[in-house]
Amino acid sequence: MNTQVCIAGIPFKNPVMTASGTFGSGMEYEEFVDLNRLGAVVTKGVSNVPWPGNPTPRVAETYGGMLNAIGLQNPGIDLFIKRDLAFLKKYDTRVIVNVCGKSVEEYLEVVEKLSDQDVDLLEINVSCPNVKEGAIAFGQDVKALSAITKAVKEKAKQPVIMKLSPNVTDIKELAKAAEASGADAVSLINTITGMKIDIRKRCFALANKTGGLSGPAIKPVAVRMVYEAAHAVKIPVIGMGGIATAEDAIEFIMAGATAVAVGAMNFHDPYTTIKVIEGIEAFMREEKITDLESIRGCVN
Amino acid sequence: MAKEKQTAAVIRQECIATDIYSMWIETSIADVSHPGQFISVYPKDRSKLLPRPISICETAPGRLRIVYRIAGSGTAEFAGYKSGDPIEILGPLGNGFPLDGQDALLIGGGIGIPPMLSLAKALPGKKTVVAGYKSELFLTEDFAGHADLWIATEDGSSGTKGTVLNAIRENHLTGSVIYACGPMPMLKAVKEYAIEQGIPAWISLEERMACGVGACLGCVVKTTGKDEHSNVNNARICKDGPVFDAKEVDLT
Repeated sequence: MNTQVCIAGIPFKNPVMTASGTFGSGMEYEEFVDLNRLGAVVTKGVSNVPWPGNPTPRVAETYGGMLNAIGLQNPGIDLFIKRDLAFLKKYDTRVIVNVCGKSVEEYLEVVEKLSDQDVDLLEINVSCPNVKEGAIAFGQDVKALSAITKAVKEKAKQPVIMKLSPNVTDIKELAKAAEASGADAVSLINTITGMKIDIRKRCFALANKTGGLSGPAIKPVAVRMVYEAAHAVKIPVIGMGGIATAEDAIEFIMAGATAVAVGAMNFHDPYTTIKVIEGIEAFMREEKITDLESIRGCVN
Repeated sequence: MAKEKQTAAVIRQECIATDIYSMWIETSIADVSHPGQFISVYPKDRSKLLPRPISICETAPGRLRIVYRIAGSGTAEFAGYKSGDPIEILGPLGNGFPLDGQDALLIGGGIGIPPMLSLAKALPGKKTVVAGYKSELFLTEDFAGHADLWIATEDGSSGTKGTVLNAIRENHLTGSVIYACGPMPMLKAVKEYAIEQGIPAWISLEERMACGVGACLGCVVKTTGKDEHSNVNNARICKDGPVFDAKEVDLT
């Protein structure tokens, strides 16, 4: 049985990754999950300098999901390289570093510092809805997305994944723009901008007022967008959004995703990634599938 | 033993005050937990993604007790569990209280009182507990034999009328170290009092959490100095806390 997938010429032992921001750099989950079994660890977004993030409350539960407005709190690239990347070196898994910034220059500073590091791919976060400058501003406009993709591709020593936002009118246009500007892959969806109001206190549930919706509630939206993106571009699509089970992951693969990522469900069950990997293998045995590639995009 | 998520069994549960429930759970987590730590409890209702963090009230070999308040439909679900029912939990989580205090003043407010019980049982030396309630008392008998108990109620129906600080001043209570858990206004007042008296204080904080294990950065508190993990002035309540040296957190 072959569960191996390939992105930008790089083989992954299986298609199951962690979604950025839901798994730290793996340190907090190593006592639950053998990181060696993951297709890849995708780290929480890292910027050129430490970012303090948003005020609390930063999270709120919603029906079948959650809102978050962490605001990309991170320790900055220097400590990240020294501590988090050093930690990940112990494991036989692919490392994808999620990069964030407020300006093109800030993204490039991080990309350059990662150029001589043991990192397999970069995921450029142009879709976080919770910071005022940068991030999503680059992901909602075809011209801005094209410009940052080109700029990153010029500097990057590793293949580049552009992480796309669902908060757009036509995901196909953004996916095509990323591909035309040299992206090696796209990943989607980031969270959907949402809001929750505490009716007893008559205030917003999140200090940031709005937050990003994730969890099983968003899965049908994510499957639809992955399907649209996968049919609009030739580069690989990494699908995510509410994956809780192997069945969910297989939906994304049948919609056209080369790989998938588990996000908010890590908070519900720290063993979710491993259950998804084992469930995909069980599904392949049941359905007599020898190569996962044979079902990718099979729904047309 | 490392932390693990497990399906444990409810031994028994009772309502001990309006909306306050006491549940004993059979679990191996009991044997590796420390006073001041908490567990994540997962609703079975799958429309609810996130666990509810609940402090450990006390432990016995192979079993632990939680005392919690119904705050929404998740905790209302837990309140319906009967003897023998399965319960999904993860733990033990957080750091817990340091146990080096002699002549300790333990201050609990409302649903912050339960963790003071395991602490009172574990601490050596003299222990004075000050428990603050709105009106209705709970857990008061459990402290017998473990600590001297002083009570404050907002309506004056028992003990000192007012807050835990009123009870402390009125009864000239003191100690060489303070441990506190309760609502934020109480913790702010305790911090001020500790600074004024020059007494070290350990306070247990709460915040909306998602993962409970330190990964999501949902439940941070501002720190007075740069935090080693975050590299900014933010510590994770679930992982670096919930217990902090009062001087090291900015509660303003």
